[in-house]
Amino acid sequence: MTGKQRKNLIRIIVAVVLTVLAAIFAPDGWLGLLLYLLPYVVVGADIVFDAVTGIFRGRFLDEKFLMAVATIGAFAIGEYLEAVAVMLFFQVGELFESIAVGKSRRNIMALMNIRPDKASVLRQGEEFEVSPEEVKVGEKIVVRPGERIPLDGMVAEGTSSVDTSALTGESLPADISVGDKVISGTVNLSGVITVEVQSEYSESTVARVLELVQNASSKKARTENFITRFARVYTPCVVAGATLLAVVPPLVFSQDFGEWLHRGLVFLAVSCPCALVISVPLSFFGGIGRASKEGILIKGSGFMESLARTKQVVFDKTGTLTEGRFSVSQIHPVGIAEDELLRLAAFAESSSLHPIARSVVAAYDGEIDTTLITQMQEHSGRGVEALVKGQRIYAGNRDFIEKVAEMPRISATGTVVHVAKENEYLGYITLADSIKPHAKEAVAQLRALGVRKTVMLTGDREDTARRVGEELQIDEVYAQLLPEDKVAAVERMIPECSPLVFVGDGINDAPVLTRSDVGVAMGALGSDVAIEAADVVLMDDKLSKLPRAIDISRRTMAIVRQNIVFALGIKGLVLILGAFGIVGMWAAIFADVGVMILAILNAMRTLAQKSK
Amino acid sequence: MRKTYQMEDLDCAVCAAKMEDAIRKIDGVESVSINYIMQQMTIEADESRLAGIMKQASKACRKIERNCRIIM
Repeated sequence: MTGKQRKNLIRIIVAVVLTVLAAIFAPDGWLGLLLYLLPYVVVGADIVFDAVTGIFRGRFLDEKFLMAVATIGAFAIGEYLEAVAVMLFFQVGELFESIAVGKSRRNIMALMNIRPDKASVLRQGEEFEVSPEEVKVGEKIVVRPGERIPLDGMVAEGTSSVDTSALTGESLPADISVGDKVISGTVNLSGVITVEVQSEYSESTVARVLELVQNASSKKARTENFITRFARVYTPCVVAGATLLAVVPPLVFSQDFGEWLHRGLVFLAVSCPCALVISVPLSFFGGIGRASKEGILIKGSGFMESLARTKQVVFDKTGTLTEGRFSVSQIHPVGIAEDELLRLAAFAESSSLHPIARSVVAAYDGEIDTTLITQMQEHSGRGVEALVKGQRIYAGNRDFIEKVAEMPRISATGTVVHVAKENEYLGYITLADSIKPHAKEAVAQLRALGVRKTVMLTGDREDTARRVGEELQIDEVYAQLLPEDKVAAVERMIPECSPLVFVGDGINDAPVLTRSDVGVAMGALGSDVAIEAADVVLMDDKLSKLPRAIDISRRTMAIVRQNIVFALGIKGLVLILGAFGIVGMWAAIFADVGVMILAILNAMRTLAQKSK
Repeated sequence: MRKTYQMEDLDCAVCAAKMEDAIRKIDGVESVSINYIMQQMTIEADESRLAGIMKQASKACRKIERNCRIIM
């Protein structure tokens, strides 16, 4: 609690005690009025003061003015206790709001507690502790185990592992060694490392992410704008209603003035749209905070609203649905075992740097004893040959192998590595850009969430694209597209089925990201372009984050809707019942303060939502 | 130019909306958005006139909420 909050709490407690005493002891007449005025002044003097000064500044309909009128009116008709109670609960509500909002703010700051506060920079061989802003590009910094890496850079010395969970939500640590990139905001876990700084603090990942989360207001939700507009008309309408109630029945129908004034005052007590104006943005804020905790950055409540209603998801293929790296998809041996074929190929290609060779080696689980391999020769663009345990092994394309061994007729698609031993053909290995783990699951989850159509766009060849599309059960596949074709395709698809969410890796697809209803960039950690262009940024490259983002958005929207219905429902009910004199001031107090407290508590649930 | 300022003692969400309205009317302001929960104001305005604009904005805020300050 801040000093101001504590002071208000004390005022409220003192006023409660004085009110109770007044309720017990107050005699009728002016002495009673005086006894009730005491707590009123304690708790409401500043409100009345603000209300009066407000009039001179041309503000008639602010909440303080209305509270002042409602309570003074209640005193005027002799309802002392109600007058004090309205003011008292108004202050209770204000205090609660201030505490709750402060708590939410702190919770979200804690979620995003990734700001590094110092950097140990090496200058002339000595270590200096400075703030991250003071470190220049090219300088070296030392990061010890347990410390947060303050700036983006490359490991110059040492090996360690890093915990990226604060940024990506990923709980498994990643191993790093010399030459690897490290990202600011992640935590160094096991070893001391020296990092060569590659960007200034203001341009670093951590600074960008913080900026993005805290200013996630680039597009406000329609719901949020509706509430702001609604608040603007609600108060004048209710005040007009209050005036009519207090004036028309007594004047036109010569009813009892005190009774109708009382009903009018009930109206004034529910004239603040506070519950909505606070709880709706608070819900979105909590939802956005929750998402960022899981490595999903949403750039505004408007995108959350669209995500919740997602009807069509369009994926880019390479790097989004697939790894963007080759891996062994099939092994077709002739006369030997599968793993023997893979082993021989891996041995032969073990020292080649060609991406295909690297993929074959990566697919082989066993140890490669390099002492067994001699006379390795690389035939550029064709293949390799090497002596493995004294036997000559060839691995390469068809032209290359045909020269040494007789080959059967083979109809394989994709990239193929043929293998031969001396003059004997051993079979072939096919390589494909492998589909990401969980990609299929994520597509199925999207469908379960009610996404009507999934589409894949790619610049890749038709047959490869079809195969990926079928494997993932994607509804439509468009292959051999140029970047501008992708934009055109998305533009054509938006009117058919929207909101349309486009998911890409942020490389080459910035125009499509901008054009779609919600542009999602994934694997964006460290990619500036993607963070700029996208509406939603998935910090790592896990496709399962997308259904999760939709899920969080849906739950947030549900809480927003609950609050709107609940607040408007109760207020409407009290207004109607109050107009007929069925309920009085106490119900109005509940409709004002009680509803606000409940709506805020409900809004705070968005931050705490657990994954299924 | 876009700039974000921290605010202090901004205690009512309705007031924040009113402040947005008032500041938007100041000459030279392109857009303004107040994040009540973060107590932050993001303003987009002509850089050369920013100092004057912020002075007016701060006055507008105080007029709506007496104790509210923009930290500059």
